[in-house]
Amino acid sequence: MSDWRYKLSENRATLLAFVFFIVMFGIYSSNHPAGFNANVVQTAANKGVLLALVAMAQTFVVVTAGIDLSVGMVFVLANCLASWIVVGSPATAALGVIGVLACGLICGAINGMIVIYGRLQPIVTTIASGAVFFGIALLLRPVPGGDVYGPLADALTGRLFGAIPASLVALLAVIVVVWIPYRRSAIGRAAYAVGSSEPAAFMSGVPVQGAKFCAYLLSGLIASVAGLFLTFVTYSGEASSANGGSYTLFSIAAVVLGGVSLFGGSGSAIGAVFGALMFRTIGDLLFVFNLDPLWQPLFQGVVLLAAVCVGSARLFQVRNRLELFG
Amino acid sequence: MQSSAQPLLRMEGVSKRYGGVRALEKADLVVNAGQIHAILGENGAGKSTLIKVLSGVVAPDAGRIMYDGAEVTFASPAAANRAGIVCIFQELSLIPDLSVADNISISNPPRRLGMIDRSAQRRIAEEAMARAGAQDIHPLALVKDLPLSRRQMVEIAKALARNPRVLILDEATSALTAADVAKVFVVLKRLRDEGLSLLYISHRMHEIAELADRCTVFRNGSNVATYAAGTKSDNEVVEMMIGREYSHVFPPKIKAPADAALPLLEVRNLSWTDRLRDISFSARAGEVVGLGGLDGQGQRELLLALFGVLRGVRGEIRVGGANVAPASPHAAKDKTIGMALIPEDRKTEGLMLPMSVRENLSFAALGRVSSGGIIDHDKERGLIGEMIDLLAIRTASIDGPVGALSGGNQQKVVIAKWLMTEPRIILLNDPTRGIDVGTKQEIYQLLRRLADSGAAIVFYTTDYDELIGCCDKALVLYDGAIKRVLEGSEITERALIASALNIAAAPYDAAAARQ
Repeated sequence: MSDWRYKLSENRATLLAFVFFIVMFGIYSSNHPAGFNANVVQTAANKGVLLALVAMAQTFVVVTAGIDLSVGMVFVLANCLASWIVVGSPATAALGVIGVLACGLICGAINGMIVIYGRLQPIVTTIASGAVFFGIALLLRPVPGGDVYGPLADALTGRLFGAIPASLVALLAVIVVVWIPYRRSAIGRAAYAVGSSEPAAFMSGVPVQGAKFCAYLLSGLIASVAGLFLTFVTYSGEASSANGGSYTLFSIAAVVLGGVSLFGGSGSAIGAVFGALMFRTIGDLLFVFNLDPLWQPLFQGVVLLAAVCVGSARLFQVRNRLELFG
Repeated sequence: MQSSAQPLLRMEGVSKRYGGVRALEKADLVVNAGQIHAILGENGAGKSTLIKVLSGVVAPDAGRIMYDGAEVTFASPAAANRAGIVCIFQELSLIPDLSVADNISISNPPRRLGMIDRSAQRRIAEEAMARAGAQDIHPLALVKDLPLSRRQMVEIAKALARNPRVLILDEATSALTAADVAKVFVVLKRLRDEGLSLLYISHRMHEIAELADRCTVFRNGSNVATYAAGTKSDNEVVEMMIGREYSHVFPPKIKAPADAALPLLEVRNLSWTDRLRDISFSARAGEVVGLGGLDGQGQRELLLALFGVLRGVRGEIRVGGANVAPASPHAAKDKTIGMALIPEDRKTEGLMLPMSVRENLSFAALGRVSSGGIIDHDKERGLIGEMIDLLAIRTASIDGPVGALSGGNQQKVVIAKWLMTEPRIILLNDPTRGIDVGTKQEIYQLLRRLADSGAAIVFYTTDYDELIGCCDKALVLYDGAIKRVLEGSEITERALIASALNIAAAPYDAAAARQ
């Protein structure tokens, strides 16, 4: 019984994000002109899953008390690359998928190497590397276009058994295959330790550098999965800097809404996924209540700012002000 | 069954130097299995270096360590751990956002199919907590939600989970409540009976009396005596710890002009969390007040509290008879209060290393050298020139980065920076740590000159020499409270050590000394 209480408190932020999302989505779908039906859910899911995956990528790095401002650009780069190589026969498309994922891993590895061996701050490193990734994306797709292997795209963005959005199933699969094993592995534990207290982690013999590297690597990988998915939704590639920038920004909003601490060491990618779905639903709510779309970016900005403020409320408890700068 | 007096660990002629400072000098130590061995010594006697050498944190320059019959060298704390030497450090090594069970298995979690086996981890945690006598702590509780005393128990459990043969406890009881200390003692005695060796470093003499089987006293980096616990009186122990070499020259003390003078700084019943307890003292203009005691007894916090760095400070601070409550360093340096704090770490709290000497010198006194928000460069240069002459700062150019100066000159820049504000009350936090002897002497002379010109000086130092040589009055802190006030000729090494250990020192027995 007591165990149950501790487990609940550990997952409180994730559960809260889940409950908030359900309530908001309930309000949204019951006010949608078309009502709650499979089509509304499918459209919302396809949009939501893109941000959910990018937010998940962001979570890996944020847990280590870092931040990855290149996730949006890896996402765009993977999209442009996929629109070239995930085409043709089933075999070439499969090879293409592997190529896109490898590209994400390479991007993550570059970030990780610079942060660990170059000892640069994550924020600077990933802004710079993000600019490089976008530059490559633009060379790949100077103008929007390209194609994608249709059957795969249709299968992943359609519906299973006529009701369940396939994209949600794919998201679930990514969580089960990547996040849950990571969370339970020694390297995942090390990532939380590093984010919570790097000196204590070091003194406890935790592989500090390995944990950080792995976090950036997985961030790149999941961001490329998101880019792949964007290609399946749009059937094309586009080097859109606006897209890259806003996905990066929204991913930070999503992880904070999902209860992941920007100071590192606590939170879960599952929370971030619900945070992302919640963030998307906020935008949709404005739409069904007929607010001017011009107001949407302002409103999203306010939500992001408020979420970040709530996340740092604990600083008011610090009694020795020298610790504020630690 | 091991015999109780078999040496498990033996250090022979171990030396360690940091730069020019010798921390350990041909130190010998024999630790037997099945014994609790206490290490005693004042600040800088070599205790912490000894522990660092044993636990693989630093490598010794000379000497050898025999462990279990063979010579060993440990490249890292992890290597020492694997060999069975586990240290519980004073600074906690727990990870706040992880659970107790996660923390206990942090360095080598039990795994199944590549993933952490949570039920096995839980079992390990429960066993370790039971061994440490802390079954009341839930293994799934997050460390950050536990009070400090419980965290310390987790720290002990974490060490026990590594199945140590030698357990080193460095001030491991300082955060514990009395009830916990009693529990820990039961555990430690049981571990001893199980055949472990325990090295116990503490400044609490009554704890050592209750717990230890053998004691070794360190002084100036060497072991000076080893004896069976209970065979020496407190007074004899203090006697063994005395005998530091005097190497500094201090300017003559001048009796503060008039006892009638009102105190410039008066502190009444100052408290902050559990680190400062009911501190009251005063400092007159012209007086140098020293803060003594073992390191970490609240001296730093006292200076920070006076300077407005800490939140939630209770009690009264009076400057020149008026109540003040500086809310920040900015308020504390204001003309009406006139305080300056020379911080502990010049590299992080004192200087902006990449910026120029000139900029660094002006930071605290920008108000004095600017008008209407614009810095008056001529005025700035004039004042800086005076300071550089006053402190004899050796720098090629005042526009070069301060990081390029030597340690001693950097420290002078920190002091000069605060003198530019013309403070009435100067607080110094261990200002001579890690600087050369020549600069130290210049600083002593400067302190005396400042006092003579009417400033009140509060001076924390870990070096008893400086308390004796520089201070008109010494406050000895213990556990966040002032335990003893020594004035004038009462400030002796014997009195300082005895009061730092919080034991009553007997008056010097001249007859016994002659024998």
